[in-house]
Amino acid sequence: MVRIFGLDDFILLLVGLQWTVLIAAVAFVGGAVGGLAIALCRVSPKRLLRLPAKYLIEIFQGTPLLMQLFLVYFGIGILGINVNPWVAISVAYTCHASAFLGEIWRGCIQAVPTGQSEAAFALSLSYRHRMRYIVLPQALRISLPATIGFLVQLIKGTSLASIVGFTELMRSGQYITNATYQPMIVYGVVGLMYFALCWPLSFWSTRMEHRMAAASR
Amino acid sequence: MTYEFDFSVVWDNIGLLLDGALMTLQLSALSMVAATIIAVVTLQARTSRIAPARWIAIGYIEVIRNTPFLLQLYFFFFGLPSLGIRMSPNTAALVALALNGGAYAAEIMRGGVASIGKGQWEAGFALGLKPLQIFRYVIFTPAMRAIYPALTSQFILLLLTSSIASAISASELTAVAQRLDSVTFRSFEIYFIATAMYLIMSSIFTRLFNLLDRILFSYPIR
Repeated sequence: MVRIFGLDDFILLLVGLQWTVLIAAVAFVGGAVGGLAIALCRVSPKRLLRLPAKYLIEIFQGTPLLMQLFLVYFGIGILGINVNPWVAISVAYTCHASAFLGEIWRGCIQAVPTGQSEAAFALSLSYRHRMRYIVLPQALRISLPATIGFLVQLIKGTSLASIVGFTELMRSGQYITNATYQPMIVYGVVGLMYFALCWPLSFWSTRMEHRMAAASR
Repeated sequence: MTYEFDFSVVWDNIGLLLDGALMTLQLSALSMVAATIIAVVTLQARTSRIAPARWIAIGYIEVIRNTPFLLQLYFFFFGLPSLGIRMSPNTAALVALALNGGAYAAEIMRGGVASIGKGQWEAGFALGLKPLQIFRYVIFTPAMRAIYPALTSQFILLLLTSSIASAISASELTAVAQRLDSVTFRSFEIYFIATAMYLIMSSIFTRLFNLLDRILFSYPIR
């Protein structure tokens, strides 16, 4: 039975959008914690911390997100743990976000002038205090445009969860297309929803970048 | 842990996977070239004096950059046939990848051109260079040097993005892996090797781009 795209379908898409936002939010929060750890390892003076973090980032940046999803998805199954798709996907996206945010934030930590941490060292602040009060707050400010930019990438990346079989916005769109045979309208609406989510963030990120560039000139 | 790894499935079908990898390389290399051409045209329109051309370029760039690639792919493969435009999965994948990469590359190039001040033109002119020489030595090479790292990492991203083309069963590496998986059920082993292949391909491209960087853009300028 073929039906016409209507209000019910739109509401179904909104439910899917909810899941898209939720995956992105979980991955971003988890990725922020993991990313900070990776970034700190990456700038550590100890090789034993620096090198593994470096290789981890290289592996995640050199392989497709889709493959990472597949590997985590089936990898957890191999470990003998009963996989709830939601958990598997959260783990996969969190790992992905950790690696990318780790690399972005490494650059930002290194962009803070060395004089800052030397001064902190001269004041005999401990490593923790030096990072907590001197380096990280300045790095955070530098990192905002790139971090928001990555959040946009992450939101778009959540569409791949539909390939692994998770029902978020993209998958809802596929279901409705199969029921209505109106791919142009359905994918058009789905596209508008992603756009409405991503564009304000992109805009904000670009504007911040321009303002910072102007300030440092 | 009771799982026993069995990579024999992979070794038996390694030819298929390598064929898939070759298709991935072709698909991404072709789309890199096409994306560059699209980006140059878009950049012309983006900086044009004709307002509608500018609006179209901005609209194209913003729409592509703020929607998922998977959606763009579905739009070309499932949406366009209802307008009478039909493409094979491989063609649709190539078109989608080229348009996607083109939008990003155009933004990157815009940054590069903006980094070359107007004074450069004037200085080149004052030194008695011909317009083509000014473009080649004073504008193009420094601009390319400035955007080269961003542009090439965008190209590598294009290689990785091509795996999404498996969703419309284009015949590249990920699609081959999925087909093998559905026959043999050795998911982890197959995807593990496929992932390793992607890693190798992207590091080959990285090396290649670095080499080109050293040949083309090293100081002193020849």
